[in-house]
Amino acid sequence: MFELLGIPPQALFGQVLLGLINGSFYAILSLGLAVIFGLLNIINFAHGAQYMMGAFVAWMCLNYLGINYWAALLLAPLIVGVFGVLIERFLIAKLANLDHLYGLLLTFGLALIIQGLFRNNYGSSGLPYQIPDALKGGQNLGFMFLPNYRGWVVGASLVVCLVTWFMIEKTRLGAYLRAATENPTLTQAFGINVPLLVTLTYGFGVALAAFAGVLAAPIYSVNPNMGADLIIVVFAVVVIGGMGSIMGAIVTGFGLGLVEGLTKVFYPEASATVIFIIMVLVLLVKPAGLFGRAA
Amino acid sequence: MMKLKTILATTALAALMASPALAQQISVKAGVLNDRSGLYADLSGEGSVIAARLAVEDFKAAEKGIKVEIVSADHQNKPDVGSTIARQWYDQDGVDLILDVPTSSVALAVNQITKEKNKIHINSGAASSDLTGKACTPNTIHWTYDTYALAQGTGGAMVKAGGDSWFFLTADYAFGHALERDATEVITKNGGKVLGAVRTPFPGTDFSSFLLQAQASKAKVIGLANAGGDTINSIKQAGEFGIVAGGQKLAGLLVFASDVHALGLQTAQGLVLTEAFYWDTNDQTRAWSERFAKLNNGKKPTMVQAGVYSGLLHYLKAVEAAKSKDTATVMAKMKEMPTDDPLFGKGTVRADGRKMHDMYLFEVKKPSESKGPWDYYKQLAVLPADKAFRPLSESECPLVKK
Amino acid sequence: MADVLSVEAPAGAIALAETSRGTERLHRAIFIGLAAVLLVAPYLAYPVFVMKVLCFALFALAFNLLLGYGGLLSFGHAAYFGMSSYVCAYAAKNWGLTPELAILSGVLVSAVLGLAFGALAIRRQGIYFAMITLALAQMVFFFSLQAPKFTGGEDGIQAVPRGKLFGLIDLTGDRALYYVVAIIFMAGLLLIYRIIHSPFGQVCKAIRDNEPRAISLGYRANQYKLAVFVLSASLAGLAGATKAIVFQLASLTDVHWSMSGEVVLMTLVGGLGTVFGPIVGALVIVSMQNYLASLGAWVTVVQGVIFVVCVLLFREGIVGVIAKKIGRPL
Repeated sequence: MFELLGIPPQALFGQVLLGLINGSFYAILSLGLAVIFGLLNIINFAHGAQYMMGAFVAWMCLNYLGINYWAALLLAPLIVGVFGVLIERFLIAKLANLDHLYGLLLTFGLALIIQGLFRNNYGSSGLPYQIPDALKGGQNLGFMFLPNYRGWVVGASLVVCLVTWFMIEKTRLGAYLRAATENPTLTQAFGINVPLLVTLTYGFGVALAAFAGVLAAPIYSVNPNMGADLIIVVFAVVVIGGMGSIMGAIVTGFGLGLVEGLTKVFYPEASATVIFIIMVLVLLVKPAGLFGRAA
Repeated sequence: MMKLKTILATTALAALMASPALAQQISVKAGVLNDRSGLYADLSGEGSVIAARLAVEDFKAAEKGIKVEIVSADHQNKPDVGSTIARQWYDQDGVDLILDVPTSSVALAVNQITKEKNKIHINSGAASSDLTGKACTPNTIHWTYDTYALAQGTGGAMVKAGGDSWFFLTADYAFGHALERDATEVITKNGGKVLGAVRTPFPGTDFSSFLLQAQASKAKVIGLANAGGDTINSIKQAGEFGIVAGGQKLAGLLVFASDVHALGLQTAQGLVLTEAFYWDTNDQTRAWSERFAKLNNGKKPTMVQAGVYSGLLHYLKAVEAAKSKDTATVMAKMKEMPTDDPLFGKGTVRADGRKMHDMYLFEVKKPSESKGPWDYYKQLAVLPADKAFRPLSESECPLVKK
Repeated sequence: MADVLSVEAPAGAIALAETSRGTERLHRAIFIGLAAVLLVAPYLAYPVFVMKVLCFALFALAFNLLLGYGGLLSFGHAAYFGMSSYVCAYAAKNWGLTPELAILSGVLVSAVLGLAFGALAIRRQGIYFAMITLALAQMVFFFSLQAPKFTGGEDGIQAVPRGKLFGLIDLTGDRALYYVVAIIFMAGLLLIYRIIHSPFGQVCKAIRDNEPRAISLGYRANQYKLAVFVLSASLAGLAGATKAIVFQLASLTDVHWSMSGEVVLMTLVGGLGTVFGPIVGALVIVSMQNYLASLGAWVTVVQGVIFVVCVLLFREGIVGVIAKKIGRPL
């Protein structure tokens, strides 16, 4: 049996697949960030907290209301999305005419509040959330044992990413959105309610984060800090991809998940830093990011 | 300033009535410094304060003319926060001893300050065996457990039970490395071998890749040289990838009853771990734990909380015997007197500050074996104190080195 | 791209327009008052606490130099603060350097780090700049976590000797050390004051307010930005190194991104683009953390609320509001 850099190819396939699974979280989260950034021009620092809220809402649905995973998968993004809409309407909208950095600071403050509140109520040790019965167990793929749930995560996030891409690039609503991004004043003049569009876009981006949170709940423990560190990595993903394109965010997300997965095999010590190192390299060559337009 | 929950364990009135015989009254202020909001809040936190209060109650301090005040604070698992509070407690607030202090990094900082200010630190929460090794001081007693004992318990016993090949998932920081190193030593000494180890970024959330590597190693035992959230996530994901079902055993090098409680038996079953105390050991521990749980929202005590109780009780006995709270005198008394309490039984405090007692190897029960809430462990083995802790002859502690 | 966060902060504009004699006199009075307060503070409050406030105040001042006067929001200032604190602690403990040399080596390293990161980051503006600095700082965090030989990993570098200043003055006692820290703080403050009011500072403000215009006037905007970045990083390093000596400890907290967030908060509360605002902000936030410590995670919530309130309703900050009231830049 030949070996690739000291690792049998079967094991390597397994690791590549795992990398893709992590990449799906990066992809959904950076996609949400990119959608929000496109229209609002703010970096949503609360994205990680909203991802965490998604997981918590799923947990609450199950434990307080007896609502199962599948319903929560729809319900949690909806609830957190509405929460996002309220935040946009009552807080972020107030900053519309100011420097966009204020939006960053505001959402940073919101992230602190949300995380603090959940920590107060639920502690930091994390809450258990079981994998739904239908997805328990796994498939023996020959080269690895793939838990059904992980397979589902990759599939579901790919579908969500592609649907989002299709909606923005190929539908009428998406066209409005892109128009509002390019020139809000003109779009408004054509009779499109831009502020409403902005609010809904923020809500949608937040809902994406919450969706990722529900997907994550059964794999990682439901923990108030689960989004805090992840979001920094996702920021780096976004910087690498550049904020320009929706597809860019998706591709970079999956791609970096893959790279990180491989690093875990060849040099595990660096797996936490590899994305940041790539970021520096990309910045040196293409300051606008891989898919970004030069500023 | 940090007088958060200042509890006057004895009122002045009670003290006046109780001790006409004793000429001078000694008043002691004990600070419980631990994690009250973070990862280790469940295993120490408010529970340790409750345990300290129970110690004062059981000692009947008021009748003996010793006035005990307990204060507490949150160190947030950060050495800088912890050392600031410790400094302030000693400098400003007249605290005589600091109890608990989980998280090795904070414990080492408090250990240092305690020596500098010549006060007393009885540590229950931290794992680092350096507290009675390289970093030992005449002012610190390490009460409940340490990395050496955990490695001896889990590593040694697993090898004897046939788990002679290991693969480590090691959290990539000083503490994880120490756990792996101590355990490796024990395993090889007992005739086992370590097939490999992977350093996982700390703190981590996704361990699947590393678990796959562990699975591929075909080792009989996968040792988890990590703590807190890392341990919980790796156990959870090991379940997902069918690792235990596939015949490999998981050995947690630092797992507490509160972690098992958070994981649930479904996920944690079959896990092998070492602890110094389990509430369901004998009638005395059961009775005490019952009292404790009533005050702690029904949660049973962890070994850390039990250690705070036992440590403070011994301190108070020493103060009574010495009729003084002078640091050197009390420390000498504490090391001279044997310890005895309902939770840890009889024991001693060694010259290097190591408290000696038996350790226990447990296996987490299957859900079907559990009779009710908090019925989690079955006992596999008892490690006598002299086997569990690092012998003085191997100690790096300057206090006992010749 | 207009990356001017302090559009509304009146101080910069007013200072540029009229550096009137009255303002100068007022500032001198404040400096003297501040010096007097520093002189008696250790007798009124717990010296270690006051030193902590001073270290963070210096850190916030350094940060404000970059944001308030350079118009650049760095979300990774913990990197310079923390790294310098590690270097200083390491030098004092393992090489046995005297405290002033240890602090100096910390400042040097943070200056070099600032030069490297600054060169990378100033290529982008606004939000990109913020995120790049954040990501770079995160690399420093992981480095600190994974280089236990140097940083002590989780344990940090503990038991750092306070040592003897110039090999002569024993700093073990809190009082003696306090006055050294107070002098460092005052020196830092005066230096920043000088920088802001120098021709160099004026050019920086011009670039902040309108970069293309400054470029068209012949100023090499990027060089000015980089210079201000390095200055800010070095001063943040000075604060971090001093903190290491005070607490005899350098730990991961100092390089974590939440520290970067805290310094933003301090500056925001005190008043962006004001000279004295960061000091007030640091005092408020550090006291809050100290006195509310019993509330555990509520401290985070309170900090978040302050953030939101400041951004929405109180963008001038405490000192900014006072400056507006009395009609003079502070």
